[in-house]
Amino acid sequence: PAGCYTMFIVNRAGGLVFTRHFSQPESSALKVNDWLRLASTFHSLHTISGRLSPISPAGGGIEVLETDTFRLQCLQTITGVKFVVIAEPRVANLDAFLRQVYVLYSDFVLKNPFYEVDMPIQCELFTARLDDLPVRP
Amino acid sequence: TTLQTRTKPNIVDRPVPRGKSEVGLSAFCFLFSSMVQYLQTGVNSISDLEGKLSEAGYGIGVRMLEIVIYRDRSCKREIRVVPMLSLVKETLWKSMFGKAADSLERASDKDSEYMIHDREPLVNTYISVPKDFGNLNCASFVAGIIHGVLDSADFPCHVSAHSNPMGSEARTTYLVKFTEEVMERERRMTG
Repeated sequence: PAGCYTMFIVNRAGGLVFTRHFSQPESSALKVNDWLRLASTFHSLHTISGRLSPISPAGGGIEVLETDTFRLQCLQTITGVKFVVIAEPRVANLDAFLRQVYVLYSDFVLKNPFYEVDMPIQCELFTARLDDLPVRP
Repeated sequence: TTLQTRTKPNIVDRPVPRGKSEVGLSAFCFLFSSMVQYLQTGVNSISDLEGKLSEAGYGIGVRMLEIVIYRDRSCKREIRVVPMLSLVKETLWKSMFGKAADSLERASDKDSEYMIHDREPLVNTYISVPKDFGNLNCASFVAGIIHGVLDSADFPCHVSAHSNPMGSEARTTYLVKFTEEVMERERRMTG
């Protein structure tokens, strides 16, 4: 997908189950353990931010995080799985992109008999389809 | 007061349904995924799992033959090998998967072996086999269905599913090996 740096998926417990790097800006080169820590931290922040809401009933947690150098979008599903994408700042329609990733997940991961829920995702078809998924303007 | 109940006709007396009903792909794939997971318990090897999948398909094949021939207007019984395999490739495939199989060919070296090619078997649509499962092909289930159909039509054989990917496509080939008695019968009918 054009303009996207990384995508990761966090399971219900906050553990990282999937990471995919599409293109990396030269400055960052985080290792696998760094991503694990990052995902768990994000999971905690997401939960806390949901509780901080002054409106009742409170909505979900962090949906968008915008900075000068990147834009982070998060989709939390009704089952607690979080799809997070980090992309260039000017990329739009990341929420629609994440919804399509959710569809791919429910097809190529959940219908795979060799996949155990909440475990790391190692489904070839899912990865291949994800790489080909465009971000529609 | 008397309760008036309309007795439903016995299932055997009811007309055979037209057979144009379709099932959602998602529903079927979830069911198939559950079945594969269930069959995995208590097997020790890949070939055992393929064997169990094949057995599961066999019963379906036995029943499919009857209904496919009944719904086919001519109700003709096939007694030669190639027309029977064409029935499998065309009619059976269309009734199960909505389209015919890709091609049917005979092995070049042995005339008792035939191959049915299917580029993307429906049952494998969402399945990614992990590396440590080797060359397991869940289409062994479909091979079992073919086996059931051919056995019931009096063409005893062995059917196995093989994945031979061509580039990026995951092609599956169903290898049908007929027994000597079938080939002997063919030779008698030809000669």
